[in-house]
Amino acid sequence: MDTVYALLHGFAVALTPINLFWSLVGVTLGTAIGVLPGIGPALTIALLLPVTYGADPTSAFIMFAGIYYGAMYGGSTASILLNTPGESASIVTAIDGNAMARRGRGAQALATAAIGSFIAGTFGTLALTFAAPLMVHLALLFGPAEYFALMVLALTTVTALLGHSVSRGVFSLMLGLAMGLVGIDLQTGQMRFTMGVRELLDGIDIVVVAVGLFAVGETLWTAARHRFETEEFLGYGGSKWMSREDWRRSWGPWLRGTAIGFPIGVLPAGGSEIPTFLSYMVEKRLAKNPEEFGQGAIEAVAGPEAANNASAAGVLAPLLALGLPTSATAAIMLAAFQQYGIQPGPALFDSQPELVWGLIASLYIGNAMLLILNLPLAGLWVKLLAIPRPWLYAGILIFATMGAYTLNNNIVDVAALWIIGVIGFGMRALDVPIAPAIVGLILGPLAEQQFRRALAISQGDATVFVTHPISLVLLLIAVLIVALPPILRRRARYRAAT
Amino acid sequence: MFVITRRTLAAVAVSLLALPAAAQDAAPLESLSILAPSSAGSGYDQLARAIQQVMTDEGLASGIEVENVAGGGGTVGLAQFVTSNPRGPAAMVLGFALVGGILTTGSPVTLADVEPVARLMGENDVIVVPANSEIQDLQGLVAALKADPAGVSWAGGSIGGIDHVIAGLFAKAAGVDPTQINYVVHAGGGEVLASILGGQTTVGISGYEEFAPQIESGDLRALGVSGSERIEGVDVPTFQEGGVDLAVTNWRGIAAHPAMSDEDKAALAAAVDAMVKTEAWSQLLQERGWTDNYLPADEFRTFLEEENTRVQTALQEAGVL
Repeated sequence: MDTVYALLHGFAVALTPINLFWSLVGVTLGTAIGVLPGIGPALTIALLLPVTYGADPTSAFIMFAGIYYGAMYGGSTASILLNTPGESASIVTAIDGNAMARRGRGAQALATAAIGSFIAGTFGTLALTFAAPLMVHLALLFGPAEYFALMVLALTTVTALLGHSVSRGVFSLMLGLAMGLVGIDLQTGQMRFTMGVRELLDGIDIVVVAVGLFAVGETLWTAARHRFETEEFLGYGGSKWMSREDWRRSWGPWLRGTAIGFPIGVLPAGGSEIPTFLSYMVEKRLAKNPEEFGQGAIEAVAGPEAANNASAAGVLAPLLALGLPTSATAAIMLAAFQQYGIQPGPALFDSQPELVWGLIASLYIGNAMLLILNLPLAGLWVKLLAIPRPWLYAGILIFATMGAYTLNNNIVDVAALWIIGVIGFGMRALDVPIAPAIVGLILGPLAEQQFRRALAISQGDATVFVTHPISLVLLLIAVLIVALPPILRRRARYRAAT
Repeated sequence: MFVITRRTLAAVAVSLLALPAAAQDAAPLESLSILAPSSAGSGYDQLARAIQQVMTDEGLASGIEVENVAGGGGTVGLAQFVTSNPRGPAAMVLGFALVGGILTTGSPVTLADVEPVARLMGENDVIVVPANSEIQDLQGLVAALKADPAGVSWAGGSIGGIDHVIAGLFAKAAGVDPTQINYVVHAGGGEVLASILGGQTTVGISGYEEFAPQIESGDLRALGVSGSERIEGVDVPTFQEGGVDLAVTNWRGIAAHPAMSDEDKAALAAAVDAMVKTEAWSQLLQERGWTDNYLPADEFRTFLEEENTRVQTALQEAGVL
């Protein structure tokens, strides 16, 4: 077993005190930046690159990997406790995670997120260790038609997020799709809905919309009602540990989230948000109590959190096996490889075994460190919620505003954040669900680009979506997800009547 | 016993650094903010941080900060740079893509609003096909384009960017109407690579470094590089060698803020001039696969005007403008 031997050698590299130290620095830093909206792992690694220039490349990459994994953990903490997703991959977590926190179950939400991330990260890293080259070659079979079908499948997640009023849910979805249109159309270079504002040319950042709708909207809503209502919902009492029931309900979503997240992470254009959507939908479909979703179901935190960490591991597969960067962070790591004069690509495993296997081993170690770091901290983090509400919400506002500015050093993002926050307030007042808008915003532009690329390559032949087998299967699954439940319900009613 | 006096040390230092004449007139910069009009990790960002690194290590300037302002093909950063009121010396990196970005987005702020300092480096674009493609060389591509222009799909970067402009100019040089080509926009080099490795599109066009590992491993076949000369140590013909009369380089350089004082401008020019002569800079160029494309301020200014005309014509002929 060459792989096992190489991995053991990797552990020997990663377990030296100096590399353990870099890993610890990385995961701590990563957790911190994950909490902050606006500062992502990509920017952090870019800032650190000149500092690490003199360091040993293996140590530097072990630290970068720690930052990358750590940011995934940190993102969920801010989502759950503050309803302020630090990364787009943790937006779904905010839906039920924050609802759990408000019901006094914040510690359990953080725990299931941390353990789920650990499990997904470990399985994802295992898959990366043993199956990376194979999976990457399968992933390359995905062309625009297949991606479009995948986006359509992910879009069916909306059916799980509509809430009790279909028309309100669809309105929210359309709002998201409309916001997604803003900016330069990539295929033609035409400007759409930018209203002459140059800063809108690249569209509205997803994090700005998510933080605006969730955090700013929520803050305004709370402020508007605070005088009339005295409900004290931000409790943190009770046990800090997951109960037997919590464990029973979490393990399935953890494993399913991992199974969804890793392969989509490997796909060059899979994205980190799509697996979280799909995981949410799958968990709601499988749940015995789907009505609890949106109100703080632990499955809805466990699944998506596992999915986003597994996909984070998946992203490294094309990077290491092909030198193919599929996310902003992977692109920076690629630049870092080049800075050290290392040519990533098909030959990397042979030419730099020490680095590759040391890096992979450090992923296992970083994951374990993150769990050790985050589990005890969950109890501590939850105490944030004990801060009197006016202070807490004022803090969230400052935090959100700062984050929006640091995204791109641009004041227009701050203005957009506040306008979207007011829209979020209006949506709450009219009982319109927020989540479908986010799904539309993320998936709309992706689906459109893939759709048009597919048609451009086929020179306008629309049958490509059904003649490509992978695309056809994905589309059929999507149809089933939408059509099957009403049919089954009708049949059940019919049987009950006869 | 040999005693090193302060004077000998200073003399040695001066002779080692071999400072150009301009540097002796101006004090070294003690602060400099460099704006990269794109996100972290992009080409502009890499150049800005390379300048930061070499200038700092070589003691040519201190207190250098890099700021990223992405958007609108670089025009958001450009507009912010020109309208800002910097407290200290401020510069920005710019390049070929910004020329196209200004034109395609109709930016009111143009490169005429900044003070060119120097063109620094260039990257070659390369046209590749998957290893199992029927197209063997540039003439094969030309023949395929002539037979069915829309049947050849090009995977490349954004509209108005270097890849798009080259695709249009290539078609024209091959005698094919540039408006007929089937150019499929991808967001970034990674997506282009995935598309061409998976055989989703006919040809891929991007910076050479994006494809280098796959070209070396034989997964992709490089048909030709866009520059006027071959890349050192790389056995890939230029477009011109392959019978297509076209040479384009994805150059990048640095410009100063319009309100920069003459003294600071001289200091910046001296620092840049000294930087490009250092061993560290040549080594960095080689590591990154960048070609030395140095042009001092006056020539750079003329070059910018010519480049603007060339890109504008190319985009008009491609039907974008």
